[in-house]
Amino acid sequence: MLKRVHFPSSALPFLLVAPQIIITLVFFIWPAAQAIYQSFLIEDAFGLSTEFVWFENFQILFQDKQYLATFWRTLFFSAAVAILSMSIALILAAFADRVVRGATAYRTLMIWPYAVAPVLAGALWVFMFNPTLGIFPFLLDMVGLDWNHYLKGSHAMMLVIFAAAWKQIAYNFLFYLAAMQSIPRSVIEAAAIDGAGPVRRFKDLIFPLISPTTFFLLVINAVYAFFDTFGIIHAVTQGGPANSTTILVYKVFNDGFVGLDLGGSAAQSVILMFLVITMTVVQFRYVERKVEY
Amino acid sequence: MASITLKDLVKAYGDTEVLHHIDGQIEDGEFVVIVGPSGCGKSTLLRMVAGLETVTGGEIHIGDRVVNELEPADRDIAMVFQNYALYPHMSVRENMAYGLKIRKISKDEINRRVEEAADILEIRPYLERKPRQLSGGQRQRVAMGRAIVRDPQVFLFDEPLSNLDAKLRVQMRLEIRKLQQKLGVTSIYVTHDQVEAMTLGDRLMVLNGGYVEQFGTPIELYDRPETMFVAGFIGSPAMNFLPAEVANGVTTLSNGAQLGVAQGQGNVVLGVRPEHLEPQEDGAIEVQVQLMEQLGANTLLHGALKGTDTEMVVSLPGHVTAAPGTEMKFGAAPENMHFFAPDTQKRIE
Ligand SMILES: Nc1ncnc2c1ncn2[C@@H]1O[C@H](COP(=O)(O)OP(=O)(O)OP(=O)(O)O)[C@@H](O)[C@H]1O
Ligand SMILES: [Mg+2]
Repeated sequence: MLKRVHFPSSALPFLLVAPQIIITLVFFIWPAAQAIYQSFLIEDAFGLSTEFVWFENFQILFQDKQYLATFWRTLFFSAAVAILSMSIALILAAFADRVVRGATAYRTLMIWPYAVAPVLAGALWVFMFNPTLGIFPFLLDMVGLDWNHYLKGSHAMMLVIFAAAWKQIAYNFLFYLAAMQSIPRSVIEAAAIDGAGPVRRFKDLIFPLISPTTFFLLVINAVYAFFDTFGIIHAVTQGGPANSTTILVYKVFNDGFVGLDLGGSAAQSVILMFLVITMTVVQFRYVERKVEY
Repeated sequence: MASITLKDLVKAYGDTEVLHHIDGQIEDGEFVVIVGPSGCGKSTLLRMVAGLETVTGGEIHIGDRVVNELEPADRDIAMVFQNYALYPHMSVRENMAYGLKIRKISKDEINRRVEEAADILEIRPYLERKPRQLSGGQRQRVAMGRAIVRDPQVFLFDEPLSNLDAKLRVQMRLEIRKLQQKLGVTSIYVTHDQVEAMTLGDRLMVLNGGYVEQFGTPIELYDRPETMFVAGFIGSPAMNFLPAEVANGVTTLSNGAQLGVAQGQGNVVLGVRPEHLEPQEDGAIEVQVQLMEQLGANTLLHGALKGTDTEMVVSLPGHVTAAPGTEMKFGAAPENMHFFAPDTQKRIE
């Protein structure tokens, strides 16, 4: 016979989890529910009456050329940010992995950008690339390039990509470095004895062995670029010029708080919510795969 | 094939010197075992030969080349690691073929060599598996296979058997020996297991604290240990060491017993192996038995030199029974008595 342990039911466990549950309810569940509810409403131009319209807001969105363009722009932006910041982080980590002396100082310096608030990171890049005052336009001018992200959409896009990628490098770097250092030294040494040079070892061994980390970072960076770059874009370009740097989160804010189309904005945020849920599920399901040495 | 020469080899990490002026010559086709306690610098020495550690001082020659500055890849060596160091994402076949692929050998030739090695090592059925789908012993074979397909001038082994269970270890030990004899490749093998060292090596280099204590054949080391360290390290159970005093060709033990065999003068240490002590009616070495271990083929008596607390072990053939407290007299042949100087720990002739 198995004996069951019976705990006297008491309020204590509920009391202990209550703060977490309350915070989740107040700050996550309730606003999410509000957003879903709002996305079913259309308000008239003067804000005098609201009408429950089921999915009309969504229908409008998917027929809206601008929204679809924003969607593709966001995909491009996210891919660019993820690829740029991950490649740079990968290269830096590959070098840091070989550094022996001063490694700690190097790593500490590497992590600093991550601690910078998005708006400040944005401001930093705005100053550096200011067409009249910035150092980079000055340098670019010398090679005959006329930099002006206030006028040229492509320049503005590049600038927000740089700023967003730069901030994420530190995070990616740490994960890549940790992944590289978890590869047993002797595996790399065996390859060296087998005749593989550093580049070959990276290509044949290190890169395949850290592929779970690459996948994990890909999801994390995509989520970051989709949702956490609002501050940078707001500080650098405000979505302009001519919406050329308006990505989905920025459009939610713009349509809702500037354009005052609350229903449409809520519908957009609901779509974003489903995107983030999907990405999180993907991450949890596939990221847990590990390499066994 | 190649010989290996170590000349005045020094390794230091910062200010700490871990290998001190090592000299040695390893002949073409010879199997040399480097043996010593943990932390004595065995792996460091091997890794210097492999090119995985820089050389602080001295020279390493492989064949007629000085290889100090050569990359591991250019030394024409193969190494088997303690943890096998297989490439986890490659199949057994790819693991073995990797070195050949880098050397741009043709596909057919690679397949031929991999399959030949797989047949020798009896891992043919596992060629398409990943390392994680293999047992420890099979992984070990793959690691060996990866070394032999390359057909290198030198094999280096760093404790390749220490992760295997006792039975498999004995089996693999024999196989490594057979393989090496068949291929005739110069080999250096690192271990801290003296039985492994004795059975495998043509010659043994005994390292202790970064110094070479002795470099010779297993029998030389057993019969004529040059230092107390070697005397105590080689042979199991370890040699008995009895403090004694020599005057006028007579050795006096610490309990006053006298032996007619002597070397040196003044304070000495007399070393006698447990298996060299023979029961004798008038034996001078009297042992008070404290504990008896029956191993079947022989019996170990643990005790102390009578009247002292110098611990002693005696190994007698067959079954012997001796109750605790029994006193027994032993003697030993003169050639089995070794004299050492207590200060330098060196053998006295
Ligand atoms: N990177 C290093 N920096 C400083 N000291 C080191 C380094 N690597 C090894 N040592 C020291 O060098 C000595 C020899 O180490 P080594 O690994 O060669 O020992 P070993 O004989 O192989 O021991 P084991 O049987 O435990 O493997 C040790 O005292 C160790 O502490
Ligand atoms: Mg070692």
